[in-house]
Order: sequence, then C-alpha cells, then structure tokens
Amino acid sequence: MADTATATPQVKEPLFGKKERRLITDPLNDNNPITVQVLGICSALAVTTQIVPSFVMAIAVIFVCAFSNLTTSIIRNHIPKQIRMIVQLVIIATLVTVVELVLKAFNYPIYKQLSVFIGLIITNCIIMGRLEAFALANKPWRSFLDGIGNGLGYGAILLLVAAIRELTGKGALVGIPIFPQSFYDAGYFNNNLMVLPASALLVIGVLIWIQRAWNPKLVDVS
Amino acid sequence: MDFINIFIKTAFIENLVLSYFFGMCSYLAVSKTVKTAFGLGMAVIFVLAITMPINWLINEHILTEDVMGMDLTFLRFILFIAVIASMVQLVEMVIEKFSPALYTALGIFLPLITVNCAILGGSLFMVSREYNLMESTAFALGGGFGWFLAVVALAAIREKIRYSNVPPALRGLGMAFILTGLMGIAFMSLMGIDPAALGQ
Repeated sequence: MADTATATPQVKEPLFGKKERRLITDPLNDNNPITVQVLGICSALAVTTQIVPSFVMAIAVIFVCAFSNLTTSIIRNHIPKQIRMIVQLVIIATLVTVVELVLKAFNYPIYKQLSVFIGLIITNCIIMGRLEAFALANKPWRSFLDGIGNGLGYGAILLLVAAIRELTGKGALVGIPIFPQSFYDAGYFNNNLMVLPASALLVIGVLIWIQRAWNPKLVDVS
Repeated sequence: MDFINIFIKTAFIENLVLSYFFGMCSYLAVSKTVKTAFGLGMAVIFVLAITMPINWLINEHILTEDVMGMDLTFLRFILFIAVIASMVQLVEMVIEKFSPALYTALGIFLPLITVNCAILGGSLFMVSREYNLMESTAFALGGGFGWFLAVVALAAIREKIRYSNVPPALRGLGMAFILTGLMGIAFMSLMGIDPAALGQ
C-alpha cells in the first residue's frame, strides 16, 4: 500500500482539484469517522453535554489530526516499520501537549471542564487510524487535507449530538435558553435523561440508524 | 477499607465504559463474540493493573514541579503513553511465549490496547484525582474489572440478538450503541449503593 502513492506519475497535480475536495467532503457523510468507521467514540461522547466544550474539542481534534497527518507524511519514508506506532504516538502526544498548554493558558474554565479528555485525544483512534491508513502512504498536502476532512467529520457529529443533548436536556443552545418561560409554566420539562452519559449512546445509535436508512449501502451485512 | 471502596465504585458505579466511554472503540469492535471479549477484557485488566502503579511512580518522582531544578510536568502525556506502549509490547511477548493459544485468540487486539482510552484515561484520572499508590492500584483493578464486565455482557447480548428481527439499518453498530446506552442506564441503578457502608 505504501507503494501506490509513490508509484503515481509525477504530473503536476492541482493544489485543490476534485480529488482534494473529495478528501474533505467524504468523511462528512459516506466515510464519517464516527458513524461509519466507528473510530474515536470515546472522547466523542463524554464532552457532548453542551455545545461549547464540544466545539473546543472538535477544533482540538481537527488541529491534532491535520498536523499529525502532515508530520507523519513528511517523514513517512524515514520511519522504520517496526516502531511506527511509537513514532506516531510521540508525534500525537507532542501535538496534544501543545493543545493542552494553549488551552490552559487562554481558556482555563474550558480546560477544567474537558479535564482528562484533552489528554485522551492521544488515544483517539481517528488520529491513529488516519495515520496508519492514509498519511503513511500519501503526500503531505493530501494527508493534511485528509486530516482536516476527518477532523471536520468528527466535529460535525460532535456538534450535532451536543446540540440535540443541550436542547432537550437543558432547554438551551450555547448556554442561551431557547424555550420561553411560558413553556415551562404550561408544563414543559427539560428531559434530564439527556444530560446523563447513557443518552449520548442512544443519540448516536439513532443517528447511525437515520444515516443508514438514508444511505442503504452503509448497512452492516453481518 | 479505601481499597474495596474505590474498587466497587470504579467497577460498578462509575464504570469506565458506561459512564466515561473509555475504550469504546475496541469495546464495540471485539464484542461480537463472548470468547474474544473475554480475552481482551482479561488483557485490559492486566495491562491497566501494571501500568497504573508504574505511571504513579513516574508521576510522583519524575514529573514533579522541581526535579533537578526543572518543571517536567509537560512531559506527562508522552511519558505515560510510552510506558503504556512498552508495557503492552512486554505483555504481548510474555503471552506469546507462555500461551500461544491465547496469543492467537487475541490477535490484533493485543497491540490495540495501547490506544485503548481506558488505559491512558485511568492514568490521567489518577493524576487529576490525586490518588496515592494504593488507591490507584484499586482504581486500576476496579476499572479493568468493570470494563471486562461490560464488554462480556455486551458480547453476550449481541450473540443473542442475532436471532431477533432488528431493522436492517440499525443492525450491528447502531444496535450496539443503543444496547450500551440501555446498559448504562441499568448500571446507574447501582448509584444508590454506598460502598463505605458495605464494609461495616
């Protein structure tokens, strides 16, 4: 697999052609990291009770994913095969440390709220998975785009789940109450179930159901 | 007493999978049959129980605010993941040597424990909750046992559900998510248990 990319003829490739665009749009639906590839669920669920932390998390993952893809792709011909896992982990861990320190310096409350989940970006399987499947076999620019695309696909699901959970669980979006007081006076309740961890699983399960009903070629045959 | 207290709390009440979603990826991937789930569950308990005390020692004695006049706390992620990766490698070699049957049964999942969030997550929780050595060992054993329990339970349910008429679009992954959600709600009923009272 590593040979396929290097074997392609050296014609001048457009910087942002059709192929490059597909690298970004594919992970948003047909090849979504969370709902189709089932990678990176761990951190996806725990932070999604509200939109703001999910947004920060999504940005962090896009950053780490894009730059680790870029770095690995640049040095891909120099990494010995046996120790590539360790090399990848060190690259990812370094980038995550950067994210952690930046967040700690500029937005301490969010840092406190995300706590260990920032560190867990290291073990986020999306990043490792893209490094193995894409960056080790492709040129830096395309790997960079692939990283951004997968980060965006991850972020999109994260924000969607967070929006559903915040709206139904807290009756608010981005911390701003949506339902007027008269709703509550008329007997409307916030659904406390949606704030509990278990509901994130239910929401993602239903999202997968909707996506696959829409797009039957994704249906699991086993 | 604290030992049992933390063990029960992390194994049942704050189950790593069901309330923090740690190790979700391999949890979903191996839970197709009970046999592989059992093997990986054991491996997770084992690796967690080895790495957490080691990481505790590293955190306490190397990553402190001033060691040789330097603040090395920023190296925490890299050192933790290095310990985990090398321990997994070690466990892999030992299993290969002494139990080739188990080694082939676990196959690809063994190296994947490195990127199992439950292992790194355990170590990071240990830092943020300021556990001592005894408490972090209890946390490791309890967390590993809870992970084991959850993955075996889900695998058993998924083996049975193969005979049910699930809507095609929900088959496999979607159903696994919903089942885990329901299991999470079921485990929440244990929240009322006070582990401290059990010891008396």
